[in-house]
Amino acid sequence: MAFQENVREIFKQELNAMRSGGIFKEERIICAPQGSDIEVEFPMGAARKKVINMCANNYLGLSSHPDVVEAARKGLDRRGYGMSSVRFICGTQDIHKELEKKLTEFLGTEDTILFPSCMDANAGVFEAVLTDQDVMIADRLVHASIVDGMRLCKAQQDTYKHSDMGHLEEKLQLHQSARLRLIITDGAFSMDGDLAKLDKIVELAEKYNAMVFLDDSHASGFIGKTGRGTQEHCGVMGKIDIITTTLGKALGGASGGCVSGRREIVEMCRQKARPYLFSNTIPPVVVCGAIRVLELVSATTERRDKLERNTAFWRKGLTEAGLIIKEGETPIVPVMLFNAKLSQDVAKDLYEEGIYAVGFFFPVVPKGQARIRTQLSAAHEKHHLEKALAAFTKVGKKYGILHKTKQEVIDMYGM
Amino acid sequence: MPEMKDIILNYIKKEYVEEGDDIEVTYTTPLISGGIVDSFSMVSLKRFLENKYNIQIPDAKATPKAFDSVNNIIELLKEFNVK
Repeated sequence: MAFQENVREIFKQELNAMRSGGIFKEERIICAPQGSDIEVEFPMGAARKKVINMCANNYLGLSSHPDVVEAARKGLDRRGYGMSSVRFICGTQDIHKELEKKLTEFLGTEDTILFPSCMDANAGVFEAVLTDQDVMIADRLVHASIVDGMRLCKAQQDTYKHSDMGHLEEKLQLHQSARLRLIITDGAFSMDGDLAKLDKIVELAEKYNAMVFLDDSHASGFIGKTGRGTQEHCGVMGKIDIITTTLGKALGGASGGCVSGRREIVEMCRQKARPYLFSNTIPPVVVCGAIRVLELVSATTERRDKLERNTAFWRKGLTEAGLIIKEGETPIVPVMLFNAKLSQDVAKDLYEEGIYAVGFFFPVVPKGQARIRTQLSAAHEKHHLEKALAAFTKVGKKYGILHKTKQEVIDMYGM
Repeated sequence: MPEMKDIILNYIKKEYVEEGDDIEVTYTTPLISGGIVDSFSMVSLKRFLENKYNIQIPDAKATPKAFDSVNNIIELLKEFNVK
């Protein structure tokens, strides 16, 4: 046995360092289907508590929608549980092709390829498409999965300051000698909830002959008038060369992701993307659920409209209560507390009040920008949001942070 | 002519400090461990140094520690006879 006591000790020390550094993550056990009202066991073994969920990516409230569950159940009956294969050996069913076609139509692109997750799509796409003669120029706040994907790719890497179009232009000028230039951005940035300036990015891409990559995971299904994402919101439908997105958030919330875009790029992924080639197919049950989700969101904008109303109500309510939020228009609404310990204490007190939201601090967000990230859902009713607002107000009052400026909060609690 | 130290310091300020950031960067400010330059964006700093001083820094030498302050970077550059 090689896992001797001295080996165990190495890992124990590392884990203890995480605990003492306040970055040790613990799972909360949800004892209910995903939704606005859930029962949570936390810490493990504690009595279950009924809370309002304010931290799921369940933007459209479809994770436990009866139509989706029913479609998934039928899928299980019609196409079985698993495929025991990667896609290109014997893991492609008619329903996988149907879902790819539906995603292509929904996103307004030329073609789509499914991946086990969007994390996998981002991990595989750059290496499949680019070579060492090319350059990737990424916004500095892109998702960790994009950073990982870029690291796996041999193309040169560069970054631009978050949403700074002047800086991006400088970088595009700098890299004019590369064979291909790829601008890389998220659509909605998951920590701040702001949207990429995609119209400006496309303009610069056209000016400097660059391709555009968009990860629209926190936008697909609800951003834009018909929920087609940031590209619809910014009026650049059909002009994005590579879109990755997830089925694990608004679009049913189960799992799976895709690369959608130019036909040749999708084909390159089918030939070369390692997470596609060497990882199992998405299970039929998830595929059938996702097909139903796309039918639902294509038939009506009712759910994204409700989400928009909920978002406006929540942003206005928090601001009027005197809390500092990151301005924006997405259902990702960070309540800024600046100090890491304060963010943990407030989250703990909110939980006691029956509100489930999580504090984020360095290294997940920059130092001095600790926050509680709240996320709205179309499954939230007014009474959920009113109760949550009352809890935020009560806890904010306890800590004396209502109607204070950023500097006043920092003076009280430090950064 | 500005000293090499100041050229590098100015580049870091221009490249990595965002408008509205309440951060003062000096020769000794921890860049990587202080969260100003993430390890990913470090690549552009490496390329700036290589282009500016016409050197090739092998990946093995381009460690987060070697890039963690302007002073550390100056020490690294000495290995390449850059003065």
